Amino acid sequence: MDATTLLLLGQDSLISGSIYALLAVTMVMVFSVTRVLFIPQGEFVTYGALTLAALEAGRVPGTAWLLLGVGVVAAVVALFRLRHALSLTTAIRIIITDIGLPAVMLLIVQWVAPMKLGLIPEMILTLALVVPLGPFVYRIAFQPLAESSILVLLIVAVGVHMGMTGLGLVFFGPEGYQTSAFSETVFDLGIMTVSAQSLWVVATTAALLIALYIFFERTVSGKTLRAAAISRRGARLVGISTDRTGYLAFTLTAMIGAVSGLMIGSLTTIYFDSGFIIGLKGFVAAILGGLNSYPLAAAAALLVGTVESFSSYSASAFKEVIVFTIIIPVLLWRSLFSPPAEHHE
Amino acid sequence: MNPKHPGVVAVILILVILTIPLAPIPDYWISLLNNIGLFSLVAVGLVLLTGVGGMTSFGQAAFVGFGAYTTAVLSTTYGISPWLTLPIALVLTAAAALAIGSITVRLSGHYLPLGTMAWGLAFFYLFGNLEFLGAHDGINGIPPLRIGHHDLFDGRAFFPVVWLVVLAAMFLTTNLLHTRLGRAIRALRSGTIANEAFGIDTAQVKLIVFVYAAVLAGLSGWLYAHLQRSINPTAFGINIGIEYLLMAVVGGAGHVFGAVLGAGIVTILKDQLQDILPKLIGGQGSYETIVFGFMLVVILQSARNGLWPLIINAFPAGPEKLPVPSDDSLAQRAMPKSGAVPVLDVRGICKSFGGLVAVNDVTFLVGAKEIVGLIGPNGAGKSTTFNLVTGLLRATGGEVLFRGSRIDAMPARDIAALGIARTFQHVELAPEMSVLENVAIGAHIRGSAGLLAGMLRLDRAEEKCLLGEAARQLQRVGLGEYMHRPAGSLALGQLRILEIARALALDPALLLLDEPAAGLRHLEKRELAALLNKLRAEGMSILLVEHDVEFVMGLTDHLVVLDFGKLIAKGVPAEIRKNPIVLEAYLGGVV
Amino acid sequence: MSLLTVSDLSVAYARIQAVQGVSLEITPGSIVTVIGANGAGKTSLLNAIMGLLPAQGEVTFRGKSISRSPTEKRFSFGMSLVTESRDLFTTMSVRDNLILGANRCARREIDQRIGDVFGRFPRLRERRSQMAGTLSGGERQMLAMGRALMARPQLLMLDEPSLGLAPIIVREIFQIITVLRQNGVAILLVEQNARAALQVADYAYVMELGEVTMQGPASQLAGDSRVIESYLGFGGVDANQN
Repeated sequence: MDATTLLLLGQDSLISGSIYALLAVTMVMVFSVTRVLFIPQGEFVTYGALTLAALEAGRVPGTAWLLLGVGVVAAVVALFRLRHALSLTTAIRIIITDIGLPAVMLLIVQWVAPMKLGLIPEMILTLALVVPLGPFVYRIAFQPLAESSILVLLIVAVGVHMGMTGLGLVFFGPEGYQTSAFSETVFDLGIMTVSAQSLWVVATTAALLIALYIFFERTVSGKTLRAAAISRRGARLVGISTDRTGYLAFTLTAMIGAVSGLMIGSLTTIYFDSGFIIGLKGFVAAILGGLNSYPLAAAAALLVGTVESFSSYSASAFKEVIVFTIIIPVLLWRSLFSPPAEHHE
Repeated sequence: MNPKHPGVVAVILILVILTIPLAPIPDYWISLLNNIGLFSLVAVGLVLLTGVGGMTSFGQAAFVGFGAYTTAVLSTTYGISPWLTLPIALVLTAAAALAIGSITVRLSGHYLPLGTMAWGLAFFYLFGNLEFLGAHDGINGIPPLRIGHHDLFDGRAFFPVVWLVVLAAMFLTTNLLHTRLGRAIRALRSGTIANEAFGIDTAQVKLIVFVYAAVLAGLSGWLYAHLQRSINPTAFGINIGIEYLLMAVVGGAGHVFGAVLGAGIVTILKDQLQDILPKLIGGQGSYETIVFGFMLVVILQSARNGLWPLIINAFPAGPEKLPVPSDDSLAQRAMPKSGAVPVLDVRGICKSFGGLVAVNDVTFLVGAKEIVGLIGPNGAGKSTTFNLVTGLLRATGGEVLFRGSRIDAMPARDIAALGIARTFQHVELAPEMSVLENVAIGAHIRGSAGLLAGMLRLDRAEEKCLLGEAARQLQRVGLGEYMHRPAGSLALGQLRILEIARALALDPALLLLDEPAAGLRHLEKRELAALLNKLRAEGMSILLVEHDVEFVMGLTDHLVVLDFGKLIAKGVPAEIRKNPIVLEAYLGGVV
Repeated sequence: MSLLTVSDLSVAYARIQAVQGVSLEITPGSIVTVIGANGAGKTSLLNAIMGLLPAQGEVTFRGKSISRSPTEKRFSFGMSLVTESRDLFTTMSVRDNLILGANRCARREIDQRIGDVFGRFPRLRERRSQMAGTLSGGERQMLAMGRALMARPQLLMLDEPSLGLAPIIVREIFQIITVLRQNGVAILLVEQNARAALQVADYAYVMELGEVTMQGPASQLAGDSRVIESYLGFGGVDANQN
């Protein structure tokens, strides 16, 4: 392996590692706040990339219809759950927020999509379509089970993954798409070239991680999320609604997933089911980090990116095998050296 | 299910299985039924793993693949007879499960499913990339099964094989659940503490269940390979692994019959949906995953135990058979003699949690035929001391000797085996299991029957002794009439007594009781005191934590008083009653 | 008029009946205590009143039924619970714990209330940047109470506030409880230390096996022979001897 290849692979590792880091960090966040091991995180990546691809092509993305559909389901479910204590104002509020807003979004998208407004407005539009899916998913699937065991929540998460992948196929079709890059510029550094796109990815990741840090450390909203993660009961005892922290966590997850999708969409072709594997690699990193540490998860994500890049160079057929088996030694190590459980889980 | 004549039911089922291929049922349905049978095998394993044992796996499809690929390679490349590849396939699958399981079952609950997900994905890609496994094209030309001179070429001929295997698996699994090991498996969901304290190696039990489920999956794979006679990786991917879990959840994750029901529903539904949905939506693809995803979410939200319980609840079960306390009893321990080595010798034990010192340099003795009371305000370190003596916590300093030998470095289950039994301040029972079965957990280490003996019902003599012993202890503490009620239906005071019966079933030389009288009424306290006096007379030593001072004073030979983790006084009750330091500890909070 | 009325409350979890048909009442600015053995259902009762456990029966607070309201709603109506395990945010600072106690308030209001809490518990001021998990047992109890007081509740429920605390700290905590009552905060106190609880309380209930078996003015119960025998332990012994 010569120096150029090494540098190239290093660059590759950093880019994919950055994206896995974002996913890993949000998975740790969602897990600690809601105890959901959110397997379908990668689906938001897919939805983000494919929505942008449709907008770039001047088409109305399937997500616009999907958002409306999910909104209708969420409204029906909410009305059903509240059926014994439903006031007219609540019903109207539910219908406006769950069905009205998505319907307005659909009309806006139908109006502006053919105009091909350019990358930045299209990205904003993409986020506006994909991010609300996060809290909707939480409300429909997880909120009624908020006090269940981690195992039950995990199985539900897998159910959501199945549903979201299938809906991805319905709304985006089986074809793969690649979006255009933020920037086509390439810097020639002599021994290697660096694309501006890769710098964008790394810079966006760093900015998002810093923003998350500030959110958790400095804002009361961020503190309520941390509080709910440390002690759900303690949080409820000071009036923090775990439903609200759940929405918040899932909104953040959908946002970061979609942003990752915007970045990754220009680097590789994305199909309706690509997100699963991408998300799971973020998960591998989250598990390597012990599912409770943001810095460790982010660092592990860079490791996953590196292992992936180098194994795709030297043993490309077994790339996925290698990536998914690196959790085995870590689990082994934890199993051997963590003290036996002294208390109930 | 509690049929009156299980033998008759079995014969009828076997006859049905043998006649179905002769009936004028279309080939299409026969092959669908064959698939349901193959899936049922996997789902039966998952029922045991998830519904009964409280663990789960997304990687069962990979174990199916293991069984299928093993026999495919051996019977095509090496020409080995399928009947010879069967044991090899099962052993290899078991070995793989043992490897995955042994590194994950000790970790908290969610690492096992995550580990199996990673393993499922890794093996899917491995199957698809290894040349000797035919890579993405798989392996063709696998020989059919041969019985006598008949090759089982078509699905119709294969049908009895599949379903007789399914029937056998259901029979053996049901047997297993009603054995010594089965009780240990069913108790897994209620937490590990009590099980470990009664000598059950919970990690090992979990591992057995995981391997058992994997072997059933491997068996299904072996059958699949010889039924299809060609295999490729798509049948063993993670999505199929998820579908297996769906079957177990839909049918009823706690019921063996639910596995077949779930496999049937999911298979038929998938078949129909793959027909209907593309016509509705247009285009091609596995749209059924949307329906399956919703099903999984809705069932967990509204019918957590799946559909099978909804069906059987419509048919009320007859009364259960009462186990007769048998005359052939279990071997009993020789009780320690008074005056010799102390039964329990605690020397300067310490325990700190982080910076908090919960127990600080505590020393005391419990002699043979003595009742010693451990008292002190809440939070004084009494329960922590219990946990240190019974090995549920590891002391950070000091020594604990039982009948002269060190036990402070031993795991709880080994300490239990030496003859120390306990009850818990916060009741640690399996609420869904019957009162009798909960007590039988106490006698677990007095039996030895394992997996095979249980499955084949070779453990009946021992089982009769164990249940007989449990019944005897229940009658002794006065709970005999509640034997067949689920433990969760008893009142709190009764549950505390039930815990004593469970502890007695271990045949202990030393009994540790954590607040046995809490929640008892006056008369019940007197009965409890009488029972404890009787146990002492029979040679047992007792260490008890209790708040009811009058109860303790009247019963104990010695008292040990703790406050803030420190020993502040020791002595006979009359002395402690007057000790000013003790009075200050108890009364100090007064304004 | 009563501040809190509980009627015929029952709690069952994991199929075990923990509380059965309990009724009680608290008037504004009074101290009511519930005593009983470990496992009598006292903690379940408090948790059910706060909405942490599903329960059957009626709970009315300030004249409104709150039986269907979630914990966080009940909190916003003006009731706070300090649990036996304190439920602090252990990896956050003392200050952040207090901020979260009033997380709906404006920044300026929060700062003012933190000042009040520090006035009541000077020790917390010294520890304000320390992680809650590193505090001593007494300081944790003070922080838990301080966090609850950040919301300026009308009813403060305390579950075993003396648990595991040294006598001098217990004395301090009980002094604060009486001061709070003077400031108009009603207190529902569950206490193992029955003697101390009966001394500060106006009215008391005795729970056994999930049911209320005795009730009456605290001073009256403190002299009742059954209470002395069962719950005052050494206190009873002591009292008999003197």
